[in-house]
Amino acid sequence: MNAYSKSPTLLQDNISLRPQHCKQDHTKARLLFFLTLALLLVLTAVFAEQLCPYDPNRQDLSAALKAPSLTHLFGTDRHGRDMFSRVISGASASVGATLALVAIISVCGSLIGIICAKTGGLFDVIVMRLSDICLAFPGLVFALALAAVLQGGLENAVLALALINWPKFARLARSQTLSLLRAPYMDAARLAGCRSFQLILRHIIPNIAGPLLVTATLDIGTMMMEIAALSYLGLGAQPPTAEWGSMMSNGRSLLQTYPWVVLSPGLAIFCFVAVFNLLGDALRDAIDPHSVSEHSTQKHQTTRRLS
Amino acid sequence: MKRYVLKRLLWTIPILFGVTLLSFAMIRLAGSDAVLQHADSTGVLLTPELIASERARLGLDQPFFVQYFRWLKGFLSGDFGNSFVSGKPVLDAFWEKLPATLLLTGSATVLTVLISVPLGVLSAVRQDRFSDYLIRFCSFIGNSLPNFFVALILVYLLAICFPVFPVISKAVDLKNAVLPTLTLTIAMSAKYLRQVRAAMLEELHKPYVSGARARGVPFRKILWNSAFRSCLVTLMTLLALSIGSLLGGTAIIEPIFMWDGVGKMAVDAIEMRDLPVIQAYVVWMAVIYVLINLLTDISYRFLDPRIRMEGES
Repeated sequence: MNAYSKSPTLLQDNISLRPQHCKQDHTKARLLFFLTLALLLVLTAVFAEQLCPYDPNRQDLSAALKAPSLTHLFGTDRHGRDMFSRVISGASASVGATLALVAIISVCGSLIGIICAKTGGLFDVIVMRLSDICLAFPGLVFALALAAVLQGGLENAVLALALINWPKFARLARSQTLSLLRAPYMDAARLAGCRSFQLILRHIIPNIAGPLLVTATLDIGTMMMEIAALSYLGLGAQPPTAEWGSMMSNGRSLLQTYPWVVLSPGLAIFCFVAVFNLLGDALRDAIDPHSVSEHSTQKHQTTRRLS
Repeated sequence: MKRYVLKRLLWTIPILFGVTLLSFAMIRLAGSDAVLQHADSTGVLLTPELIASERARLGLDQPFFVQYFRWLKGFLSGDFGNSFVSGKPVLDAFWEKLPATLLLTGSATVLTVLISVPLGVLSAVRQDRFSDYLIRFCSFIGNSLPNFFVALILVYLLAICFPVFPVISKAVDLKNAVLPTLTLTIAMSAKYLRQVRAAMLEELHKPYVSGARARGVPFRKILWNSAFRSCLVTLMTLLALSIGSLLGGTAIIEPIFMWDGVGKMAVDAIEMRDLPVIQAYVVWMAVIYVLINLLTDISYRFLDPRIRMEGES
């Protein structure tokens, strides 16, 4: 608890206020907590091989389609492969692809957006119209077409989704940069002899990094679901690679009799997406405490009034 | 106003030209074509002569621009050509699939609005109370579930455990539409709830609300007549986006439920490299894009009188 509740008498002696019920701001603790959880998930993906109790690709037909038990926590699939090991090793494919995708689109998209804002003119118009088209088309159908053209495979699924999803970051970076360019300190930096490249690197990027980082974190969940969706349709990871989306697609016909084959990768996707969404929310609250979108305005007002 | 609408509609022409050329080029780059793909799927071994004659029949042996301009000529006279796979006119097949997608779009949109508007407003009004937490929790869960997983869970619960609804749609009617509609509604409402709540909260914290309350205006009246009205622009933006993508068909939900709509048609056509069908789909998407954007911008004009159209004083 905070200092006020520890010594109510002190407070009353100094200022004549009735003891107030002051809500504490948990943003930092929340951020740390979800950051740890997210890190744990990523580490699971990195050390998937060491963590698997069984070989995820070893088939044992005598143990096929066993219900979840102590030996097989999530049961086994139709080839007798341990679902728990497959879900863990699926993490490296799913998480790796997702993080790579988000890294690609956030970095490339932001750079394109910054350059658009900086140069303006015809280049800006063309790129923005292109991004209009990308945003207007139903993303998944377009990605599907691209992935089909590029012939399956997880790398190609990532490439297809990257080609569809960069405009979000380009638009955000562009609008943020445009509003920055009007600031007096930009003129000052330019007068001090800063070249365009330095200007972007030293003054623009650090100033717009916050919102971009929040968007990127919140985007991780969405991108994971889209990669899983492409895999579900058979355009992502190819067998026998364990990947959550394709695992669900393979188990689809077993839903009626052996639901765990579908449920465990589904729950894995859900947990991953949930943790990164919560992390994104916490990050937004930490970076921009004035945003009223998700958490109570009243909380911020009370803390601001008191401190 | 008339000039503005006309100007926006004229934008369709370059967009149509661009996207059709782009999709033509993309399929061309794919490496495989309709003839090979067809042989692949039927398992028939074709001699090189047969492949060549088949390509000549479909016009696939012509240079790229000749092919494109031939398609463009047909398109301008209202002829979308025949499907490479079925040999039937593309336009007829398209009109056949459209009602299914329209039905799904309509039912999912109506249900989403019916769920997310009242609950979103409730959540904002009862901020930080139990009902708010519950609604936010549900919307968070909905946001974190991939829609094909939702579809599978619904199939498991409503078609296998309690066999109420058919899994595979045999006809395009409301009963068959229940499961796909529910799947789409869950994902969309989760998103809408957050947005409606955030927009309402922002509005309710504005000074005019306190002012009106101080003057004794009933809260219900402030809520619906003032605050909610200002949130309609946000809602409209969201609706435009999702109606646009729903009309394009949902690439995942339609195939899962065997819902015979435009999205499934597009997915099948892409798989078979059925160029005329893909082109028809792309044209449809471009038209939707232009029309929906135009209608949304016009609706802003009526929802928020402060917004002026280009060229208006």
